[in-house]
Amino acid sequence: MAAAFDEMKGHDGDQVRPAYGELAQWLKEVPPDVLDYRRREAELIFRRIGITFAVYGEADATERLIPFDVIPRIMAASEWKFLEKGLTQRVNALNLFIKDVYGAREILRAGIIPEDLVFRNPAFRPEMNGQPVPHDIYVHIAGIDIIRVDADTFYVLEDNARTPSGVSYMLENREIMMRLFPELFSRHRIAPVENYPDELLASLKSVAPLTTSKEPTVVLLTPGVFNSAYYEHSFLADKLGVELVEGRDLFVKDEVVYMRTTQGPQRVDVIYRRVDDDFIDPLTFRADSILGVPGLMSAYAAGNVTLANAVGTGIADDKAVYSFMPAIVKFYLGEEPLLKNVPTWRCREEEHLKYVLEHLSELVVKEVHGSGGYGMLIGPTASKIAIEQFRAKLKAEPKNFIAQPTLALSTSPTCVEEGVAPRHVDLRPFVLTGRNGVRIVPGGLTRVALKKGSLVVNSSQGGGTKDTWVLDS
Amino acid sequence: MLSRTADNLYWLSRYVERAEYLARILDATQRLSALPLAYVGASNEWESAVLTAGCATGFFKLYDEANEENVTDYLAFSTANSSSIRSCFEAARHNARAVRTALTMEMWDSINGTWLELKRYGNGPTSREEFSRFLRWVQESSLRFDGSAYRTMLRSDAYWFSRLGVYMERADNTARILDVKYHLLLPDNERVGGPLDYFQWAAILRSVSALTAYHWVYRDSLKPWLVADLLILKDELPRSLSSCYEAIVRNLDQIAGAYGRQGAAQRQARGMRTRLQNSKMDGIFQRGLHEFISEFITENNRLGGAITEQFLL
Repeated sequence: MAAAFDEMKGHDGDQVRPAYGELAQWLKEVPPDVLDYRRREAELIFRRIGITFAVYGEADATERLIPFDVIPRIMAASEWKFLEKGLTQRVNALNLFIKDVYGAREILRAGIIPEDLVFRNPAFRPEMNGQPVPHDIYVHIAGIDIIRVDADTFYVLEDNARTPSGVSYMLENREIMMRLFPELFSRHRIAPVENYPDELLASLKSVAPLTTSKEPTVVLLTPGVFNSAYYEHSFLADKLGVELVEGRDLFVKDEVVYMRTTQGPQRVDVIYRRVDDDFIDPLTFRADSILGVPGLMSAYAAGNVTLANAVGTGIADDKAVYSFMPAIVKFYLGEEPLLKNVPTWRCREEEHLKYVLEHLSELVVKEVHGSGGYGMLIGPTASKIAIEQFRAKLKAEPKNFIAQPTLALSTSPTCVEEGVAPRHVDLRPFVLTGRNGVRIVPGGLTRVALKKGSLVVNSSQGGGTKDTWVLDS
Repeated sequence: MLSRTADNLYWLSRYVERAEYLARILDATQRLSALPLAYVGASNEWESAVLTAGCATGFFKLYDEANEENVTDYLAFSTANSSSIRSCFEAARHNARAVRTALTMEMWDSINGTWLELKRYGNGPTSREEFSRFLRWVQESSLRFDGSAYRTMLRSDAYWFSRLGVYMERADNTARILDVKYHLLLPDNERVGGPLDYFQWAAILRSVSALTAYHWVYRDSLKPWLVADLLILKDELPRSLSSCYEAIVRNLDQIAGAYGRQGAAQRQARGMRTRLQNSKMDGIFQRGLHEFISEFITENNRLGGAITEQFLL
């Protein structure tokens, strides 16, 4: 693995890249104890306002803070413009693909994607076959994970088309940074992100069902306080000015969804749902779910309610489907994909599997349906025993895995124990799709692997976050 | 607004109010039990505290004896008691977290800060001084929460439901003190009374923070029937049954006004308010103080049920 590209200093490390000019200067001026003091101040604020998340499987720590790094990650206007174009293209293709999969299936008939990859995929929802959705939009909110390997090369690492989270951190991080470092802000011209809730609400309202006569009623559906992202759900509902509902607050009568209010039932038109497909309606999916709304799918099928995101979008989250994304973009849009895919071996294919088994110690192997950094193998840093254990798992169910080269994620200066040092980062911009097209606020969530040399940025695995600055040209 | 949100706000306020009430009872009990026997008689103040808190059944399942250590632990810190101060603050914070969007930043800050600070007290105080500090802190936390709600909340249904919680809980608490201590307040006691009961009356007033108020209202030394009058009928005293019902009616009317609809809760509350307004202490004593209070507690619970039925389900 070659030395990583540094966002501030590039490859060779002696020249500061233009976007980082002011920051580099400022880092030289600011005494280290001030940085440390501000870092602790930030933590205090986060704790105070209760921005916490839960880690599944840790009985002791139901509420934990995601570490916040006070040094921002900066992107030049030109870099952002490029990403913006690429993201728009990609999300447009995703929407067309999902529509096709549940509709005409042209891409399958054209033989571009193997049928069984779709039909035998656990994220595929046969209930959605031939089922139109309002305005043909499936992925209203997408979180596209981007990594960078050099000055000009960005890869998409993952498409999160189900219920991507993290946008509250994007907003809160900016808020905190403005509070802690007003002087640093005055030395830059940074594109704002605070309009994200407005853009989101506009997108959600724009996709209300055609049967909605008046101003549509939007709600945010959460699994409840015990969900790891509950803070984000309540934060967003607050910023959107919509009710934060749980399954038990909603009911369906005559194929119309209502919420229980102190003034009696009130009709609901758009549900921004943060509950997975499996749990959303016990009559259609998992019968043991107490998080969902019985009959919701019947109201959905009748076209009386919009679910954002639509049911069945998980098919595009799949990492094996991901490997076909360049072909998907070309098929629907007739364009070359602007954002690259990481080269991916599909272990379901014999030759790929053979290669992967021979090169386990060099590759990153992931479960196709996995998320949150769970259940993956990072070859170069894994022990021999771990590799052998993984080999057995892989051989038993090769279909469940894909493999990718270990990429050198770019690094960004980060506040750590020994001072300011480079740490690996990724970026998750949030892409909104409404009736009038795609909107993206400039920036996103930068996640940083705080451990030296670590490439895993997931918060559940000890990653932190940073504010992401897109400079205004 | 969502019924569940209203329910959470209502109970959030009730829990905070209850925590404060428990702190006042414990404070008053601590003072009483510190007095020489000659001044307060041989009664067991700690047992009386458990009764006043309304959790005698649960308590005696766990303990044989009501002494300072057991009662302090059970009423303040026990996790086995769902109405201990700690449990109240934890439940309040849980409710607050579930309805964060309906709270102002100041309210969240106050209840979340209280919850974080609660951990500092661990499983109990190491000394009486520390326990006193704890009790003061509980009362301050409640004041801070109440004040932040009062000063920052939008005057809409969320506010009215949260106020309803405060006054329903307060009415229940005051009635419960009266229920346990009514025998001290009977007119007969004037003769048996004297110094022995004086401190008991003072303790009752202290547990509803009305000791100073008493003197301002009556400009008289402590008389048991006046203590009863103050706690039941005086609108001026914010913890009297009458004052609580004035507020309950007012908040229910606000809700009815905003929703354009009256219901069973409004009618019932107004009925109770009228009854309190038309009552005189003489009449209450004649019919029996104990009967009056028992009836009030039943009616208050019924109103709680009606509010739940009408708005919170």
